[in-house]
Amino acid sequence: MKFSLKLTSLLAPVFAIIVAFGLSTLMLYLIGEDPLETFRIMYDYGKTGKSLVSILNRSVPLYISAVAVAVGFKMGLFNIGVESQYLMGSLLSAALGATLALPSFLHISLIIFVAVITSAFWAAIAGYLKVKKGVHEVISTIMLNYIGTGIIAYLLANIFFEKVELSTTAPQTDLLPESARIPSLNALLGIEELPNLHGFIIGAVFIGIIYYWIVWKTSLGFDLRATGSSPLAAKFSGANPARLTILAMMISGGFAGLVGIAPLTGYFFKYTTDFPSGLGFAGITVALLGRNHPIGMALGAILLSFLERSAQILDLKDVPKEIEKIMQAVIVLTVVVAYEVVKRYVTNKQIKDASKVGSYD
Amino acid sequence: MTLAIELSNISKSFPGVKANDKINLKIQEGTIHAIVGENGAGKSTLMKILYGMLKQDLGSIKIFDKEVNFASPKDAISKGIGMVHQHFMLADNLSVLESIILGMDRASLKVLNKSKYSDEINQITEKFSMPLNVNSMIDELGVGEKQRVEIIKVLFRGAKILILDEPTAVLVPQEVKELFNNLKNLKDSGVTIIFISHKLDEVLDIADEISVMRGGKHIDTVSSNSVSKIELAEMMIGQNLPSPPKREKQSKEKIILSINNLSAEEVNGKKAFSSINFSIKEGEVVGIAGVEGNGQRELAESILGIHKIESGEIILGQENINDLNTRDRRESGISFIPEDRQSQGLLMDVSLSENVILGKQSSSKYKSRYSNIKFGEADKNSNTVIENFDVRTPGNETLALALSGGNQQKFVVGREIENKPQLLIASQPTRGIDIGAQSLIWNKLRLARDHGLGVLLISADLDELIGLSDRLYVIYEGNLVKELDPENATPEILGSYMTGIKS
Repeated sequence: MKFSLKLTSLLAPVFAIIVAFGLSTLMLYLIGEDPLETFRIMYDYGKTGKSLVSILNRSVPLYISAVAVAVGFKMGLFNIGVESQYLMGSLLSAALGATLALPSFLHISLIIFVAVITSAFWAAIAGYLKVKKGVHEVISTIMLNYIGTGIIAYLLANIFFEKVELSTTAPQTDLLPESARIPSLNALLGIEELPNLHGFIIGAVFIGIIYYWIVWKTSLGFDLRATGSSPLAAKFSGANPARLTILAMMISGGFAGLVGIAPLTGYFFKYTTDFPSGLGFAGITVALLGRNHPIGMALGAILLSFLERSAQILDLKDVPKEIEKIMQAVIVLTVVVAYEVVKRYVTNKQIKDASKVGSYD
Repeated sequence: MTLAIELSNISKSFPGVKANDKINLKIQEGTIHAIVGENGAGKSTLMKILYGMLKQDLGSIKIFDKEVNFASPKDAISKGIGMVHQHFMLADNLSVLESIILGMDRASLKVLNKSKYSDEINQITEKFSMPLNVNSMIDELGVGEKQRVEIIKVLFRGAKILILDEPTAVLVPQEVKELFNNLKNLKDSGVTIIFISHKLDEVLDIADEISVMRGGKHIDTVSSNSVSKIELAEMMIGQNLPSPPKREKQSKEKIILSINNLSAEEVNGKKAFSSINFSIKEGEVVGIAGVEGNGQRELAESILGIHKIESGEIILGQENINDLNTRDRRESGISFIPEDRQSQGLLMDVSLSENVILGKQSSSKYKSRYSNIKFGEADKNSNTVIENFDVRTPGNETLALALSGGNQQKFVVGREIENKPQLLIASQPTRGIDIGAQSLIWNKLRLARDHGLGVLLISADLDELIGLSDRLYVIYEGNLVKELDPENATPEILGSYMTGIKS
């Protein structure tokens, strides 16, 4: 029965994706495009080696952001502040990393450490406000996003960047030295002809494992999940809600700090005004899509990256590429609905099975 | 006399259960008809069908000799049927008048004609001699008065047939007396009353006729003059009635818990309890009786470290545990059966094998050196609890929410006892569960006590308190007002201390 239950939960995303494709087909048909031809173009473009590398590179920060959001979700906390948390961490670690000369391993470790600590601290503010002042974390993290953006703009333009007169260069930190850059995996995999596959993808795998271990295997994770399932029951079992709230926000923020590592040490090597933003919000989508499960979120991140990448070809073929955004949204909506349907089915089946053995007559 | 209600062949199945099996029932107008049965006997299902909340699979309903077909409670109300639920559906911040007329008019922008309504309500309260001030606020009312509001609310909607679902569950004996007087007045004015209960003494006292249900079937309908309590009980459960196990005084002297001069911290200018003194010895059950809201809940929670204290000492064994947090107190050997199993005792959407960990997730019982949870251990122990406490479940992978209330409670009690505590705080350990589960829990509590467990028992079930406790205290307005020997205590005596009539 355990197996069949797992199988049923797998049905939810599959069902959702089929429905999403159905709806997208309908939409393409309505705007007068050939749906099958459109999907074929997207698929053909998406499966090229160049695209695959790009998809994986996109997936890495997206996945880590989803993990950061999911830690909060497991405890019933909605951390919308991953966005400013990772941007703060990225800026400070970029600024510090550029000023140092260290052996590569130490240098990279230090950058990661600074990013994690900064982001965890930024997230802890929201936890503290919730525990001490009763401010809902959704409100505080949204506000902290605004404040963070302001602080970042100030620091970047006035502290970490020396404006040269008459220069038109956008504000940016100094470039990271070689020793602070994480090498690509291309040489290792023998795919030198393709664009760089960034090395931090291995880090992402480890992050997934650590997330799984913390949440599902440790007693701290048990406290988190218990609080997410029933705050009162967790409290009566001895969990300390105040401590847990701050801790969960810090762990969530700590993971958020890792979101910027791949772009920073892999292809940007500096923090500029066009450093990738919006990953914090995209992470919420991926966490929903993957139901906070480490593998589910990995698949979700890859799926969304694939859609984004393969949509680039549509413009060239005169198909409005907005269709990709619509597909994304439809997939997320249908996954949420399908999961609810499956959950009800499983619950009802369990109640039915239990009532068979539960009656006294 | 005419028949108020005639049910023929009513059947209703849920997946896996036949909740009502060919029920035939005739109820005379102007009588009080009790329906008794264990939880799960099908009483509530039958009443829900009669009130239009559920649709029967088979069978027909006649109200005052006319066949009816209810699609919703609205239809039932229009035919003169009203129901007073066990849990009051009242909002604290409304007045009595507002509560009674709530939901009667379709929402519109018209100004409410309150004085018209208030006159009509006063007529009803006079007619049935159930005094009530329509202008008082709900939160100023006692439990008995709130119930009166619910009854008048139903009468105001024109009910000729009144269904009362376990109306005495929340009342102390004095309030029960008052309710019964009101019901007799209603009966004399021609109202038909269906009285659902499993308290046989009360049923024998108030009802004209009694129908017994068991396992979804209607066993018999008898006149209340012609049947004894034992006969009713045997009909109800098909065997002898379990009673709270008899006490055998224990001679152990070691004190497990002493509470010295304990006062709660002020919340909103009120202390839940103050200057509480008592102790519990090894192998002793100490019961605390009190009307809900007199500080007993906070007292229990303060011993577990949930509710904050202002002064006094809590000493477990030899150790002062004032400064320990809840987790450390559980570690030092306190187990806790919370009053609400669903929100406080279980993770409803989680399997039993994980639920067994709850409360011990940070103890070496389930936590390894590297702070990993020992799921193997949990798997094993959950099966032990399921087996020893007769939890009826397909297995330990079943989610807690799938079990019936009685089985959930057996699991919670089993988990807490199997954790081998020194002290067990049991808050309402058998509230709202069937007799089978109740008698199992009583036996297990007695067994654990015989093995030296100290138990603090807090319960609204006075028979349970008298039957299980070695010593009894009454708590009233946050003070322990009386210590009683359960040998000489009766529900009436307890009730008079609980309501402050005696002190």
